[in-house]
Amino acid sequence: MDELRTKAKELFEKGEIDIFIGYEEGTRNPRPLFANNADETQKLVFNDMCTGNLAVYLTRKDLVKGKRVGISASYYALKSIAQLFVENQLKEESLKVFGLSSDRKIQALNSLEEIKQYLKDTPPPPKLKDDELIKQIDEMSSAERWAFWSDELSKCFKCYACRAACPMCYCTKCIVEVNRPQWIQPWASTLGNMEWQINRVMHMAGRCSDCGSCGTACPIGIPIHLLTHKMSETVKINFGDSSEKGNVLSTFKPEDKESFIL
Amino acid sequence: MNWLTQLNDEGSQIYAPVAKGNKTDYKHITSMEEISMDHIQTTQSAKAIAFPRTEKLFSYTKKEGNVTLQNFDTTTIPETVVFGIHPCDAAGFKPLSGIFNWDTPDLPFNERMKRTTLIAVSCTQCDEFCFCTSVNGNPGNTEGSDILLTPIKEGYLVEIITEKGENLVNKHISFFEADPNVNKEEYLAKVPVQFSLEELHEKISNMFESPVWKQQSERCLGCGACAYVCPTCACFDIQEDAHGSSGNRLRCWDSCGFSLFTMHTSGHNPREVQSQRWRQRLLHKFSYMPERISVRGCTGCGRCSRACPVDMNIAEHLSEIATL
Repeated sequence: MDELRTKAKELFEKGEIDIFIGYEEGTRNPRPLFANNADETQKLVFNDMCTGNLAVYLTRKDLVKGKRVGISASYYALKSIAQLFVENQLKEESLKVFGLSSDRKIQALNSLEEIKQYLKDTPPPPKLKDDELIKQIDEMSSAERWAFWSDELSKCFKCYACRAACPMCYCTKCIVEVNRPQWIQPWASTLGNMEWQINRVMHMAGRCSDCGSCGTACPIGIPIHLLTHKMSETVKINFGDSSEKGNVLSTFKPEDKESFIL
Repeated sequence: MNWLTQLNDEGSQIYAPVAKGNKTDYKHITSMEEISMDHIQTTQSAKAIAFPRTEKLFSYTKKEGNVTLQNFDTTTIPETVVFGIHPCDAAGFKPLSGIFNWDTPDLPFNERMKRTTLIAVSCTQCDEFCFCTSVNGNPGNTEGSDILLTPIKEGYLVEIITEKGENLVNKHISFFEADPNVNKEEYLAKVPVQFSLEELHEKISNMFESPVWKQQSERCLGCGACAYVCPTCACFDIQEDAHGSSGNRLRCWDSCGFSLFTMHTSGHNPREVQSQRWRQRLLHKFSYMPERISVRGCTGCGRCSRACPVDMNIAEHLSEIATL
């Protein structure tokens, strides 16, 4: 903890950053903190409780536009950062990233290459509860699964916390807000809620870091992160690991399978 | 519980807290076995009883240039009993009513309220997000309820607040006994006061340009979770559910926290950044509503703080403002 404070303070004192995005103690769990000077870094904390994906703030123009940014990033935030680089949303020279090494030390990650190496070397944090629920859903018949998701998604009231918490949802105009033509019903109803979630998940194909922030953010506790999780698995099985060549739904190769269309 | 069964048998629709996983919410129940009262706070407020998340205001059909309108049908609203809401939720119907009767009385809201009886249950437990006592409420507050029940050693202490409540009790008087003569206070949760309402009011109406809005809202993600779980937030959007020559005009929940909420057709947005939207949220609740409709837009239920993905703790923020 002190180590991160020292490092962040140093960056301010050397004039290398304008803002540091990290965590401070919150009501129950650590919450985002934005330090704008050396003094404010002294509230920073960074530990295994810091699971919210801070990468979501890296594309917030009102917060970081034109600024050099330092950030403490959890495992999944690093995955999101790597993806944001691939999507040309970040500049290496204006970003200082810190991860948590396997022996819980602060580790500076100075380039996309180093972030990728970290992700290769570090096992993802376990998600025991999710694994249990995924197993249950996998064992359902398709009718049972339909009933499960219809029931869950009927509760959605479209607060869009899932979208707001997602580092990959950085569009300035979301598809649900397009009304000429209106692709998705904007009001809450089971069908419209499904349309929204199916769209959200499709837009995440090959991009999602599987951080689970969408599910954590959902105030009614709908496990929507399992949809993106399943999508990540499906993409991996069919198209391999994500690469810098682009995302599965925005690239084309002549040898792509078309069997699902015909 | 036998009382509720009887009300249900007589045709009233009963809404009560039902637990699923670690969340509890109001549901239409048919068996009293479904009710769960172990929670501190339901995830959502009970406002949807009178202000549904999506409501059909009217329908229309066009035929050869003639338009026929089918107005909101009040006869479809069933008699409803809401059981188990806490005093902070019952109190929320007053600010809602203030908004829906400011200027033009709102037919759907008022008709739903007319047919709704609120049987509230006092709070015997609270958590660090509860702050009803800071906004003139308390865990045994009777305001807004038709009947208030306080769990005591054996059964409930019953307080009849309104005529509606009295009618409901008189109809089934056999379920009730004489006043047990207990001290209600002893059974109530102790909710600490977190800030002075007077100091808050003094400050908040005069700090439109304060830097505090930006500082507090930096981490706000701009979703609508806080507004949608709030018992008093009443912002709505009007949508068209059109199918060729017929369709429905719908009213659905909206939130001042969304950037789209104030977006003009021209592209201009008077509340361009999140700090302006956060300011609007707090000023609306603690300045504009008290000034215009003489009721605060907050009952201290703490739901917004619990629902927020980034811990925008409203009581903490209000405390900060009160002591500026």
